[in-house]
Amino acid sequence: MAQPFQVVRPPAAVEPLLRAQDVTLEYRSGARTVRATDSVSFDVYKGDRFVLLGPSGCGKSSLLKAAGGFLAPAAGSITVNGARVTEPGPDRVAVFQEFDQLPPWKTVRQNVMFPLLASKRLKRKEAEERAAHWIGKVGLSRFADAYPHTLSGGMKQRVAIARALAMQPDILLMDEPFAALDALTRRNMQEELGLLWEETRFTLLFVTHSIEEALVLGNRILLLSPHPGRVRAEINSHQFGLHSGGSADFQATAQRIHGLLFGGSEPQAEPERIAL
Amino acid sequence: MSLTLEPPIRQEFEYPAPAQTGAVIDRPLPLAERLWQYGALRKSLLLIVLALVWELAARWTNNDLLLPGFLQTARAFADGIASGELIEKVGLSLAVLVQGYAAGIAAAFVLTTLAVSTRIGRDLLETLVAMLNPLPAIALLPLAMLWFGLGKASLVFVIVHAVLWPLALGAYAGFQSVPETLRMAGRNYGLRGLRFVLQILIPAALPSIVAGLKIGWAFAWRTLIAAELVFGASSGKGGLGWYIFQNRNELYTDKVFAGLAAVILIGLLVDNVVFNVLERTTVRRWGMAK
Repeated sequence: MAQPFQVVRPPAAVEPLLRAQDVTLEYRSGARTVRATDSVSFDVYKGDRFVLLGPSGCGKSSLLKAAGGFLAPAAGSITVNGARVTEPGPDRVAVFQEFDQLPPWKTVRQNVMFPLLASKRLKRKEAEERAAHWIGKVGLSRFADAYPHTLSGGMKQRVAIARALAMQPDILLMDEPFAALDALTRRNMQEELGLLWEETRFTLLFVTHSIEEALVLGNRILLLSPHPGRVRAEINSHQFGLHSGGSADFQATAQRIHGLLFGGSEPQAEPERIAL
Repeated sequence: MSLTLEPPIRQEFEYPAPAQTGAVIDRPLPLAERLWQYGALRKSLLLIVLALVWELAARWTNNDLLLPGFLQTARAFADGIASGELIEKVGLSLAVLVQGYAAGIAAAFVLTTLAVSTRIGRDLLETLVAMLNPLPAIALLPLAMLWFGLGKASLVFVIVHAVLWPLALGAYAGFQSVPETLRMAGRNYGLRGLRFVLQILIPAALPSIVAGLKIGWAFAWRTLIAAELVFGASSGKGGLGWYIFQNRNELYTDKVFAGLAAVILIGLLVDNVVFNVLERTTVRRWGMAK
């Protein structure tokens, strides 16, 4: 069973970095309005690796888009550092699943420099230096002058991550960034993202539908139930890393999440094992 | 019932990691096959065959007035170049063409920017394209002559008409097909309005825009030559179309052929040099088109 650990409450003085309060999201589908999430609340603190986990249709991607400012809530509010999110901005940089998030007409270096210049954060010279630093961090220095179409899927996602981190955003938003990669590359990327976090301690809001990925990458997981998305549970996962995949504790937590998401209270005959 | 397992259980193996050997993984194709890869070479060969057929047909008809041969046409062409007459006509035509083409591109840019930013702009573009795209530019020439007189303005007007609609249609389709993630990425970095159009939409839609430019160029060129055939006379000094028309009147059939050859050559040159270079340095380099 799960080992007992001490729950440390954030002291009253610490304010959450991102606060979602009773967020109801709706989107238009033809002539109908579909409710994606219903009154979802959660707090993300500085340095969190906060995971939104749930099956398809739980509105986790919509929540991320709302945090990014791409989608306005029908009710409730999302605030970052106390300021209400109303439009996309370079303080919340998103990494998407799709590879076409990288402009194909820019080389790796230009891609990483693009947001720094477009948001007028840095002059060209400084942007170049910072881009070189982050391209090195994700291990793509040799490919700095390559165009995206010559890169593999994993390399493209590394560029997107470098581009996002180079902006030094208040919060990094990731929408299933590794879902389109093969299993081996995905595991590598999870490891690298973990190492980058160890080094720079950015704040991460991460969307996934993989229980294992949530446990390995996150320190806190918000479980959402589908149609419409509602909060089912909020659990800790800071004790797990890439190498706890086989441990009994890890399996038990994965089982518990599975039960919460799919309602089955009885243990499953065959534990769900996603390639790790 | 037998006790043997099917499939059988076999011995496991582990081999030492292979060292880098000098084994050849890729090798070049034979010379003939490599040469055959060059499209330009294959097409040149075809052109030579066509010229040969033409020359033989001309010798067989043996009638300079109806069908001058390849060699005769080449001579007339060379004479035209040497005397400067042909070059002057081509220059006149191209000067008008460039003006009309540039004006058409500017108009298409305004119209598509309107179309991507507002719904009424989109309706306007769709309606105008549906109405005016099927209308041959040359059919507007009588009207243009009424409005603008017999001069350059009329020519520019019909060229704008020839360029505007196919280009606007292509650019608009290109803008529509820009991936949603790329749009979101652009907005994420704070790009809005004209900066968003210039830094995200136009480069992302470039394959369709270049295709529209190519179609627009071909339409503009053929419209111009046709229009010059109609009224080069009254405007004093006509371009290439007028050169063809005038020489037909005087029964210099070889010069007519030389004029036509010039029309074709310029068409080929722009397509194979200007647009080819444009595509090679942009969309093909970026992997957005083959």
